[in-house]
Amino acid sequence: MCVLTHERNPRAGGMPAEKRRPSRHRTGAGAPTLRSVDSDADLLARLRAGDEDAFVTLVGRYNGSLLRLARAYVPSDAVAEEAVQDTWMGVVRGVDRFEGRSSFKTWLFRILLNRARTAGVREPRSVPLTDDEPAVDPTRFTTAGAWAEPLQPWEADADDRLVASTWTTTLLQALDGLPPRQREIVVLRDVEGLPSEDVCTVLGITEGNQRVLLHRGRSKLRTMLETELATRGR
Amino acid sequence: MKLLSRRHDLVCQQVVELVTDYLEGSLSRSDRRRFEAHLRACPNCTAYLEQMRVTIATTGSLVPEDLSPEARQEFTELFHRWRQDDA
Repeated sequence: MCVLTHERNPRAGGMPAEKRRPSRHRTGAGAPTLRSVDSDADLLARLRAGDEDAFVTLVGRYNGSLLRLARAYVPSDAVAEEAVQDTWMGVVRGVDRFEGRSSFKTWLFRILLNRARTAGVREPRSVPLTDDEPAVDPTRFTTAGAWAEPLQPWEADADDRLVASTWTTTLLQALDGLPPRQREIVVLRDVEGLPSEDVCTVLGITEGNQRVLLHRGRSKLRTMLETELATRGR
Repeated sequence: MKLLSRRHDLVCQQVVELVTDYLEGSLSRSDRRRFEAHLRACPNCTAYLEQMRVTIATTGSLVPEDLSPEARQEFTELFHRWRQDDA
């Protein structure tokens, strides 16, 4: 399968470990992070040609989300790691058959979900939808349902402060604290940016269920960020 | 989709539950009109919607955690083993 032309030498310049460092920080436009350097398609092409760096870059890109998802299905971190490793094996062995009809991401998460379900004990596909999980603490509203206290608008620099690297840990912890069904939807939709239809297909749920879970997950993350912003001062 | 009473304006507590349906474009036309009418009159809910947008954007800007050197090494070895098994 050596039909590929290497436009860029993956090893040119060396020092991949050092080069990864700055990618933690989401700097403004014009400062590419590692994530934006090579597209998944580029990396896949190199992976097909046997390039180990391309493979490890893909692993670095998606391993966290894969683990986060796998943990929603299996009883222990060790089993989750196994399911994720199986997934990467599926990628390496199946990459020649991957036709690109779906995005790489969708393909990848579909493999993971299949592995995780095989390994897992939890399989609650139907989501009990109750109204006992309000987006906002009910005590913040008057009996008539209006905000009791004015909502503090997040200042213009909230974005900047929130994407600063110090938030990464907090947000990842909050994400891991979400109930599993909400977490998987938020990871696929908001972290990985999969389209709604793909998420429904991969998880085998309806658009309606997805929206409810997404709503609850996002609402909890907002509450967490609101608390953090208040704590850290404005 | 929630069943909304047709007779009354939306109150804030309902609006916050409709934000995702609104952002996903899944509100009916009439519900979307009522939602937007409420926003025009309510700075608090306008701020709330903005906070939800910032939350989504922030989640979307998460950068993956770096692989540990051990993990890189392990995956590199696995890669070669898997390809060999394949051949």
